[in-house]
Amino acid sequence: MKTDVVVIGGGIAGLEASTALHNLGHHVILIEKKDILGGHVALWDKLFPNNKNASSIIHYLKDHLPQNLTILLSTEITNISKRNNSFFIETNFHQTIETKSVLVATGYDVFNAHLKEEYGYGIYDNVITSAELEEMFKNNKPILTKQGKEPSRIGFVHCVGSRDRKINNLYCSKVCCVTAVKQAIEIRQKLPFSETYCFYMDLRMYGLNFEELYNESQEKYGVTFIRGRLSEASETIDGKIIIKVEDTLLGRPLKMTMDMLVLMVGMVPSAGTSFLINKLDLLSNNGHFIASSDEHLLANYTNVNGVFVAGTASSPKSIDDTFADARSAVLAIHQYLTSQKM
Amino acid sequence: MKIEGKKQIWSSYQKEIANDNYYYARSCIRQNFFPGAENMFIKILREQLNKNIFDDERQTTCTGIGYHSSIVLPETTMTVIARQFSLMNEAGYDNFICSCVTSFGLYTEVIETWTHFPETLEKTKEYLYKSTGRTFQIPQNLVHASDIIYKFRYELLHKLKYKLIHHKTGKPLNVVEHIGCHYAKIFPHKGVGGAEYPHVLAGLIEAWGGNMVDYPERRHCCGFGFRQYLIKANRGYSYSHSLKKFESMQPYEVDLIITNCPGCNYFLDRWQYVAAIEEKKLFGAENKAIPVLTFEELAALLLGYDPWKIGLQMHQIPVEPLLDKIGITYNKKEKYFGTKPPQIPEILNYC
Amino acid sequence: MKSFQYLKKIDRTIDYDNNDRALFYYLMRVEPTVALCIACGACTATCSAGNFSTLDLHKIMLSIRRGEKVYIAKEITQCVLCGKCQLVCPKNVNTRGVILQIMSFLQSSQL
Repeated sequence: MKTDVVVIGGGIAGLEASTALHNLGHHVILIEKKDILGGHVALWDKLFPNNKNASSIIHYLKDHLPQNLTILLSTEITNISKRNNSFFIETNFHQTIETKSVLVATGYDVFNAHLKEEYGYGIYDNVITSAELEEMFKNNKPILTKQGKEPSRIGFVHCVGSRDRKINNLYCSKVCCVTAVKQAIEIRQKLPFSETYCFYMDLRMYGLNFEELYNESQEKYGVTFIRGRLSEASETIDGKIIIKVEDTLLGRPLKMTMDMLVLMVGMVPSAGTSFLINKLDLLSNNGHFIASSDEHLLANYTNVNGVFVAGTASSPKSIDDTFADARSAVLAIHQYLTSQKM
Repeated sequence: MKIEGKKQIWSSYQKEIANDNYYYARSCIRQNFFPGAENMFIKILREQLNKNIFDDERQTTCTGIGYHSSIVLPETTMTVIARQFSLMNEAGYDNFICSCVTSFGLYTEVIETWTHFPETLEKTKEYLYKSTGRTFQIPQNLVHASDIIYKFRYELLHKLKYKLIHHKTGKPLNVVEHIGCHYAKIFPHKGVGGAEYPHVLAGLIEAWGGNMVDYPERRHCCGFGFRQYLIKANRGYSYSHSLKKFESMQPYEVDLIITNCPGCNYFLDRWQYVAAIEEKKLFGAENKAIPVLTFEELAALLLGYDPWKIGLQMHQIPVEPLLDKIGITYNKKEKYFGTKPPQIPEILNYC
Repeated sequence: MKSFQYLKKIDRTIDYDNNDRALFYYLMRVEPTVALCIACGACTATCSAGNFSTLDLHKIMLSIRRGEKVYIAKEITQCVLCGKCQLVCPKNVNTRGVILQIMSFLQSSQL
């Protein structure tokens, strides 16, 4: 198979870019390792800050996919190499695809919460991740503790796997703060008699309507924000979680029993992103994501001519940022392919 | 609690522990507080495991207590430790065992300092040579004594006469392990199982049939803290720490506490005695105080050594309830070898 | 057996589970802007009373949520009710209202 561009990754960046590149007249092949499209967004229930259904985004993207776009699902890349000005991609179905350019839209994985040993993820029954909570929302599962009871007190721990030198992730994952606010509100809506707490280092409510959502969470839903990074969690004899944190604004240690603790896991480069960094000799940035040639001017270009990057493969991004990034990658690739034709 | 999660962490914190031929560095305070422990360690290694261990009468303190109380300079500490290594070299050994957790932490810290700041190693060599005419080599393997018992816990299991099981009900005993802070909190990768969920004593409890109790204040310090304890007026500080732990472990009906650190063992034992008198509170199973043993004393007891000959009467919290549960027979009258027994406060006089 | 007379240390940990947060729930009903405080400290910086006393409104606001009643009762009487804190508050918390409600709550409840 021969093509102009191979888009690797069928998340929202890959879908948006594939459609736009096709509409600009280029031959596109989209490769996705899973058997469904939509990436992480497909796993979300409601989106911040407007409570929109995540599935509406996926539906929109799928509805706008061109009829004759080649999409290879359940397809994993086993090898990728560059010869002259072409890339040769081998897949688990033993296909070889020759392409003039590659768009890496391989996204992120959620941080492996086991690495923050002191929070007891994988050890204490009632410590879960934000991704797991979102999955419960998405599938309309009842919010219950391991003991089968409705939790009356739920804590959200910000910055798990982000802004942490100990695990060598220095960056901010950007979306966890507002996700915690969103999820805390949803818990209060689903369990009106529960108390929700957010333990944060700084609250980074940078986006449009994020701060408003934060205000609403406090005034309308009584979410309590405690500035302090959790130092440890322990399990009580009846399976609850005791947390130790400093209330840094009062300058005193604080301990509290929780029925459920939610770890706001950040973004790390996905396995696919790391694989391509390795195979294509791409440069990586401080967060081990793919480095842009220039953060301001050439955000979608990489050190390898013909390889472009979009979405969270280069850094943590929100959905809005990812779309903007994907569209800008499309322009970069369009320019590249057009100049090659001439 | 999911044990699989802990096992995953334990597997990522394993360390090299030498198999034989050890040079043994004793603790300053253990020999006074519970003298049976170190003797039993040597005995178990020699008699039960057929290992070669050298007990050197020329060794001194590691200066740990002075160092942690800011009355001994780091340079002095390094030189003293270098001398211990020199003694080990002279005796023909490469594997160094510390009896004391603070010593272990300090030896590790000093070796790390020498590695990262080679100029301090050069200075130490100079100081040692000028003061004693000695030279030294860093040991190939440096471990704490509890690491050794951990390594051979299954070998010992086959020799045990008793297990951590109630001999009448067949139920595992509830055992709390307390790891000294300096064992792994300074260098998590130097401790078996890491710092958050240490496995070094938990492994013994598991292997020998007990039920390991993980209670909310498990990671809290026993309260020794060296400088915080040395001044008598400050002792309430240390006491308050231990009390916090006892209150946290109370709901678990604990039958036994085991420790690997001299200070922890001392305080968890003595402060329970004080709490019994001051607060009129006992924190263990069956509303009794919780016996506190070192890992060597526990090993010796389960191997069938006579509880009084391994020095268990040196603990202020009576150990008899534990002996009764395990099913160890003992002679009440021989507890103090015919000397006048100490006065026991009424609340603890249940044996 | 004689007493050892060790002076136990007072645990300065905020014992959230056992603290009484009735005041917070009362304020959420009568003056819900209390929840908006972000502890920025603008109120404390401008507080005339706080220049010459230990009055620290942002700490009081936090203490309300933590249920640290004794602290609030001790500190709140130092307020001179000038209203400057309300002028500077970026979140538009009705600080004067909060303070007056605290006083009335404390008067009507036994502390």
